[in-house]
Amino acid sequence: MEYLLSDEQKMLQELSRKIAEERIRPVAAKYDANEEFPWEIMNILAQSDLFGIFIPQEYGGTSGGVLDLCIVTEELSRACGGIAVCYAASALGTFPIILFGNEQQKRRYLPDLAAGKKLAAFGLTEPEAGSDASAIKTTARRESNYYVLNGTKHFITNGGEADIYVIVAITDKTKGARGASAFIVEKGTRGFSFGKKEDKLGIRASSTRELIFDECRVPAENMLSKEGMGFIITMKTFDMSRPGVAAQAVGIAQGALDLAIKYAKERQQFGKSISSFQGIQWMLADMATQIEAARSLVYSVARMIDAGYKDVAKDSAMAKLFASDTAMRVTIDAVQIFGGYGYMRDYPIEKYMRDAKITQIYEGTNQIQRNIIALQLIKEMVK
Amino acid sequence: MSIQVIIEKCTGCKLCLNVCPFDAIRISDKKAVIDLDKCNLCGACQDACKFKAIIIEKPAVGTTLELDEYRGVWVFIEQKRSKIQPVSFELLGKGRELADKLDCQLSGVLIGYNMDGQLDELIWRGADNIYLVESPLLLHFQDEPYTNILVKLIQKYKPEIFLCGATAIGRSLISRVAVKINTGLTADCTGLDIEPEKRILLQTRPAFGGNIMATIITPKHRPQMATVRHKVMQPLQPDTNRKGRVIREDFEEKFYLSRTKRIDFVEEIESLVNLAEADIIVSGGRGMGDKENFKLLEELASVLGAAVGASRAAVDSGWMPYSHQVGQTGRTVAPKIYIACGISGQIQHLVGMQSSKIIVAINKDPEAPIFKVATYGIVDDLFQVVPALTKRFKEVLKR
Amino acid sequence: MNIIVCIKQVPETTEVKINPQTNTLIREGVKSIINPFDMYAIEEAVRLKEKLGAKTTVITMGPPQAESALREALSMGIDEAILISDRAFAGSDTWVTSYVLASAIKKMGNFDLILCGKQASDGDTAQVGPGISAHLDIPQVTYVKKIEDIHDNSIRVERMLEEGYEIIESPLPVLLTVVKEINEPRLPSFKGMMRAKQAKILLWSQKELNLDPQKVGLYGSPTQVIKIFSPPSRKGGKILRGEAQEVVNQLVDLLREELT
Repeated sequence: MEYLLSDEQKMLQELSRKIAEERIRPVAAKYDANEEFPWEIMNILAQSDLFGIFIPQEYGGTSGGVLDLCIVTEELSRACGGIAVCYAASALGTFPIILFGNEQQKRRYLPDLAAGKKLAAFGLTEPEAGSDASAIKTTARRESNYYVLNGTKHFITNGGEADIYVIVAITDKTKGARGASAFIVEKGTRGFSFGKKEDKLGIRASSTRELIFDECRVPAENMLSKEGMGFIITMKTFDMSRPGVAAQAVGIAQGALDLAIKYAKERQQFGKSISSFQGIQWMLADMATQIEAARSLVYSVARMIDAGYKDVAKDSAMAKLFASDTAMRVTIDAVQIFGGYGYMRDYPIEKYMRDAKITQIYEGTNQIQRNIIALQLIKEMVK
Repeated sequence: MSIQVIIEKCTGCKLCLNVCPFDAIRISDKKAVIDLDKCNLCGACQDACKFKAIIIEKPAVGTTLELDEYRGVWVFIEQKRSKIQPVSFELLGKGRELADKLDCQLSGVLIGYNMDGQLDELIWRGADNIYLVESPLLLHFQDEPYTNILVKLIQKYKPEIFLCGATAIGRSLISRVAVKINTGLTADCTGLDIEPEKRILLQTRPAFGGNIMATIITPKHRPQMATVRHKVMQPLQPDTNRKGRVIREDFEEKFYLSRTKRIDFVEEIESLVNLAEADIIVSGGRGMGDKENFKLLEELASVLGAAVGASRAAVDSGWMPYSHQVGQTGRTVAPKIYIACGISGQIQHLVGMQSSKIIVAINKDPEAPIFKVATYGIVDDLFQVVPALTKRFKEVLKR
Repeated sequence: MNIIVCIKQVPETTEVKINPQTNTLIREGVKSIINPFDMYAIEEAVRLKEKLGAKTTVITMGPPQAESALREALSMGIDEAILISDRAFAGSDTWVTSYVLASAIKKMGNFDLILCGKQASDGDTAQVGPGISAHLDIPQVTYVKKIEDIHDNSIRVERMLEEGYEIIESPLPVLLTVVKEINEPRLPSFKGMMRAKQAKILLWSQKELNLDPQKVGLYGSPTQVIKIFSPPSRKGGKILRGEAQEVVNQLVDLLREELT
């Protein structure tokens, strides 16, 4: 399908595809097996200016938007969903600074992030606060010119590898959801350490880790916006980043379909290639159609955001929901087309199925996405 | 000079379109149309056309008196650390054949120092004359003095043909010489022959990645210069009764000076795995799957006393160093036995090994092009076949 | 310091296959790329620029579409590009090609270093680099695998030979041809691609270079292709059939004679 991308976006697509094919695909299995953080690839993405594509020009980026980010995430995910998420998670940690940072904070942090010299991460989830984010227990206590953070975040993507963390913590317990605030915390700050690194089903190249805050003193000037804005910052950030997760899902699905088609053409059974069987052809047709529908949704939402629409929660959730469910279905079918070989680690396809699963879970489970969609539908009906 | 389609003769049959290596021809209104921006005037279409509908006007090949002043076949004798390199004997073998066809003399030109002990062998292997330039300053190859000397000698003696090995030294040197004396040079020839009437050297070499062979001539310039890779031509058996002359030449010292200075030489053990000299080569390609798996080939190679080679795919994947690469961008080899394991047989690989005496191919894919050139083919999993082969050779050879 | 990189656009030959039925080239999907060996020359120039603040210029001789190769070089960080293109250059052999490139370099004026790939992947002659230095009458070092040191007026490099490498010093200007061991070429950057897209590329034809038409193109080339034909194919032999062990025994028996 023709998505009428701009010349710059086509260039980004070409560049990220080249990186994915030439540099990521050959090493994807290695990083998956060793659960090693792909710094080698992050450096290539940095050198190619890809970390700055959604960051304004005055801070060292190229002033693109969410669609640009989606295009790159999709292309990288075609080769490896795990490596792609290391890239996309840095964007997730960068958005709050772009959206809510003051001039001084932007000047201080964005240029290094745009250049890929540093990675970012976003810290919200806690052991007892997953879908119910309002249950977070990490606190930030004001002491003269500092906030003192205490608590533990877990399942934090890029944890341990990123240099710049945006952390959501409670500043006023009495105010419930309006009592949370967001802080920029730099790696190396005293009282900030890293805990357990998770051993995951998929996206194993990425680092998922605990962040531990023990009397960690963060300068007050590192607070984003003002006290009480923590959850608003979170929601607005997710509105921007959800299309990225959806794009990751589209990329994983497309990558699996590419391999399935290639395999179906090569694999001979009953004296001919299995792609000549209608049963396989229909599977491929369904996979391709679902992927294209998901992509259309993702690109449309991304374009809405880039055009300045603020009220995108429902559309963003729809894109994430549909694309991630598509990725799961398509990768399961792709494994099926590979038959017994598909189940073996020697073949690349099972990894796509493992990588796909997380897209239904993180940045809001698909159940939460449905809540968001339904809530909005009912609201709209009332109007 | 131009290329032209004679519209009246063209039938739109597309024969030309199929042979064009540059994708420069399309059919419009049932006639061939040539895109001059893409066309390289290679002539493939002209040869393919059954209707003589394509004409390329080329400058006429003429013999002038001036060209007639040039007589004799010369071979550059390459030495490293005062040892004559085997490619030079191979070139003398071919050079002898060409000189006999032209009824002229074959000469070797040798630049170096302390070469006395090795001159006889050059004569035994076909040379009638040795032009010898010796000086301590010339001990090691350097582009500028060697170029100066060859230019002087060629201008003085006017050979009609000049052959040189397509080695690191040869390629570097002879390209410079050809420009300085304003003549044509054809690289990596796999076939050399004579058109006797006009005493033209017919130089045949692979082009476009070995997909096509091209015959190239140097009609109006002398000498006609060509390079040939090591192992492509056969040396003559030494005939100790052969006699020849050694002609010593000496030039002013300024011709021996070089702007570049050779400071040191570092020998690298790895590249001593001399693929080009091996009688048996066990070679692996993409089908090896992994760097580790090359151990299987090394085991087989050690039983056979063979060298290990690799296809470009294996080298590009980082499984083997470049020095082991066989093929168009690697080395040309011609062992007695070449065992290709998990190599599909891309044309670029084939051009580098197809003069091997016996080719054995082991590959899972029965359609792999390697089987088209293999003397013996085994369609099976190399991970079974290679260890079994190693074991069996051990038993039979009692090693 | 002024660095000139000479590149060539070539078909991506690894993808070129023969149609076994018609014995002709299959050309569908064969892209034009920068000669892979030239990528190392471009990368080395960009590295020297980053280290020494040199000015880098890339030149190529070819048809108008070779412009895309120049833009790719610009996207990797080369400063300027010149396309040398003229119908009159069609059919040029290596002698003429090096003559035209050398003439363009003379016209450019100041230069300290010329970098070329060791050879082009389509022709594989390795003649144009040394040819350029011969026309310019400057020193050359071929098959360079490392630049050890470079100063205002001298350079020290490692030059690969078959069984090791030489360390060579040369005054500047000098022409180097480089091998793949010298570096790993970077991918283009997005900012570089955007800059390359906007960049103005100079076009020099025969007129700008003021060359004698008798000395260029097919007419000026000392060598001429007189015949093109399919390579004589080696006949395929025998496929050994049976169980693995059986086949292995057969093969060993067949090869035994050669081994003794």
